[in-house]
Amino acid sequence: MNPVVGLAAFAAVSLATAVIGFYGLRISRTTGDFYVASRTVKPWWNASAIGGEYLSAASFLGVAGLILLSGTDALWFPVGYTAGYLMLLLFVAAPLRRSGAYTIPDFTEARLDSRAVRRVTSLVVVTVGWLYIVPQLHGAALAIRITTGLPVWVGPVAVVAVVCATVVAGGMRSITFVQAFQYWLKLTALAVPVLFIVFVLAGNGTPAVAEAAVNPNGAPPAGTYQTVSLLVALLFGTLGLPHVLVRFYTNPDGHSARRTTLIVLGLLSVFYLFPTAYGLIGRMLTPDLAHSGQADALVLLLPGRMVGGPAGDLLSALVVAGAFAAFLSTTSGLVVSLAGVISQDVLGGSVRGFRLAALISALVPLGIASLTESLALAGSVGLVFAFTASTICPVLLLGIWWRGLTDAGAIAGMVTGGVLCGGAMVAGSVLSGTGTPAWLAQPAAWTVPAAFAVMVLVSRATKGRVPRTMTRLMTRLHTPERPLATRR
Amino acid sequence: MPDSPLFTAAAVAVIAMAIAVVIAVGLKVLRSFRELGTDAERATYKTLHAASRAGQHLRTGLNPAGAAKASRQLRNLLGCDALAITDTAGVLAWDGAGEELKQQLMGLAAGVLDGGQTAVIPAGELPSALQRAAVIAPIKAGTRVVGVVAAFAPAAGAGLVRATSEVADWVAAQVELAELDASRTLLMEAEVRALRAQISPHFIYNSLNAIASFINTDPVRARELVVEFADFTRYSFRRHGDFTTLAEELRCIDRYLLLERARFGDRVQVSLRIAPEVLSTVIPFLSLQPLVENAVRHGLEAKEGPGRISITAHDSGAFAEVIIEDDGVGIDPEQLRSVLAGHADGDHVGLRNVDARLRQVYGEDHGLVIETAPGEGTLITMRVPKSQPRHDA
Repeated sequence: MNPVVGLAAFAAVSLATAVIGFYGLRISRTTGDFYVASRTVKPWWNASAIGGEYLSAASFLGVAGLILLSGTDALWFPVGYTAGYLMLLLFVAAPLRRSGAYTIPDFTEARLDSRAVRRVTSLVVVTVGWLYIVPQLHGAALAIRITTGLPVWVGPVAVVAVVCATVVAGGMRSITFVQAFQYWLKLTALAVPVLFIVFVLAGNGTPAVAEAAVNPNGAPPAGTYQTVSLLVALLFGTLGLPHVLVRFYTNPDGHSARRTTLIVLGLLSVFYLFPTAYGLIGRMLTPDLAHSGQADALVLLLPGRMVGGPAGDLLSALVVAGAFAAFLSTTSGLVVSLAGVISQDVLGGSVRGFRLAALISALVPLGIASLTESLALAGSVGLVFAFTASTICPVLLLGIWWRGLTDAGAIAGMVTGGVLCGGAMVAGSVLSGTGTPAWLAQPAAWTVPAAFAVMVLVSRATKGRVPRTMTRLMTRLHTPERPLATRR
Repeated sequence: MPDSPLFTAAAVAVIAMAIAVVIAVGLKVLRSFRELGTDAERATYKTLHAASRAGQHLRTGLNPAGAAKASRQLRNLLGCDALAITDTAGVLAWDGAGEELKQQLMGLAAGVLDGGQTAVIPAGELPSALQRAAVIAPIKAGTRVVGVVAAFAPAAGAGLVRATSEVADWVAAQVELAELDASRTLLMEAEVRALRAQISPHFIYNSLNAIASFINTDPVRARELVVEFADFTRYSFRRHGDFTTLAEELRCIDRYLLLERARFGDRVQVSLRIAPEVLSTVIPFLSLQPLVENAVRHGLEAKEGPGRISITAHDSGAFAEVIIEDDGVGIDPEQLRSVLAGHADGDHVGLRNVDARLRQVYGEDHGLVIETAPGEGTLITMRVPKSQPRHDA
């Protein structure tokens, strides 16, 4: 691929992000537009922003790569990524918005009336955030290497530099617009090339996708346990993602938070059609990528291979731009929410503290990413979801829906889930040479119930510690808001 | 996937965390073995330490959770077999053996609760198989008896009786402190409520006059202004809640400015730059309107020619930042300082009021930040946390 194409695409996306971030708000209004200026974000906008922030490297590159590698088994990933929002819609979105909390630690502290719970939650949130940024940076490394041939460290460093520059310089002031723009950019970047490819294929009469070999590299199909465990991880993991939950604060009330989630479901369903299409076309026409260990680069390489000439270069540029939009949006969303947590809990909440915290939250994962190497983006992110599902998800669900939760129970559950899930990851990596058993490779199916069970049992045992503010807060979570006085 | 880099990263993280925990625990253990002085010093330390630990748990008043934790410390302090803490209605906590006595304790303590005198029940007279004596001492907050401390031991010597009375007095002191805390909170709430801005009588008078001047010349506009005035008063006279959202407060400012412009015409120009993300942020009721009113009244009214006010609100990490700027006559910093400190009355009391409320609600770091000089205009910055689960808008 022409290296200029990749660089130009990256530069264009970074510039667009920065420009919208800095100038999205520069439109001043005069008094006549008071009403317009004080209008809250519409669910559509916010849903696009959530989609933009949520669709990471794993969705943009990883899903297609995994379908290329393991065929229909990989379809559970997009299903799980999307269906997680159904859980969010049913159980979390509206009550969490009504709580008035901005971050997950804010919520747990208010619900359980305990600083200790806040500290544990913050620790877990920061861990999850860092683990989640790492695959984004791996994706960036892959994209830069494939498209420009530059050394692998260039990609992550460039992404972290752009994110730090915009966040620290206050460029995320119109973050909703930036993220919404990123969603539509990502959708376009996947949809347009795939349509071109389909036209090209239809033009030269290639066989139908359905006739392609189901398993080009002979990987054994996943067992029931693995599938169930993966789905548990993805369904429950979505509930606890720090950067997604922060976005709900933008909704004015619980009702609009719910509507936003519904729209997100639709937006994600549409989006995941396209990585799936890439994966299937890849299985049919470019199975060689699976053997050369470049499966995750399928989305980047396919347009150039299928459509030649300048048109192919343009389409490649579009895909690369979309990929960088994915790295940038997820990373900046995570960095902003992590910086919020770190600056509040460690640095006292000042403006300087926030900037410092933003640097910390971007540089630590950069260090981890440069020390490790990526193998499968969708798989790595799946593990982060398993960790979230075993730690943050139980405390959120029980905190919202069970009056009996206590601070001791919450801490015990989070620690249990974190230790079990983290331990399974570590044990899995130690055993990797001899072949990891399924229950270690996909731990969610037993770590999530264990975390829930410990949380419930310890809360039962410490009934006396149910906070006195519980009834008031539960009422607030579950009753509709008072209509605003100014609404006519 | 097993040898995925994330595994390695997680492994490194878990091991690092484990090492940190081991080191932290090790340091703590080591510290407890260090040079600690003579036996007497150590005993003093142990007593005071147990007392202060128990004190922390009692600082929320007499409640089951705090009393349960405190009773464990206090039982160690007294060296008795069992220790119970009650309030006037029932047993709050029981630590140690003989829990079957729990049911009868309130009966035994009835006399103490009424009379306020320490009672000693010798061994054998307790309705239990346990051969224990009991010392029941009243917890007196002021002159009221709010509960008892009951200690159970094989024999009720004078030492135990005296010590139990002292412990009960000490618990009483903690309870009084807790009540002090509670009344301090109440006082703060009352203060916030008292500070809740009142709309200025001048403004009502001026607005009505301005509207009156339109009744003959422009009846339609006069009618619109009366409606705006009605909406403005409805908002600012509302009784419920000490908090509102930024969006509502902005609407109120809109109405306020409409009415002011009826008087000033085009002399007041306003520009807005509001990030939609912060519109649902909860802020104290009528905390922005006084700032805008200050800008109009003290910044622009005294100035010749047209003046500009700009209102900006945006995200700043976990905070929302609102900035109100005018290019009016500015304020003398010294005078402003004395107004904010509460030493001087007169102009800018609205600023002091808002500043005091913000400090009360969000802490000392969250007062108004005002940049001004005579003739240079005024820039007021307000920073409020986005997360306020305890405040209903």
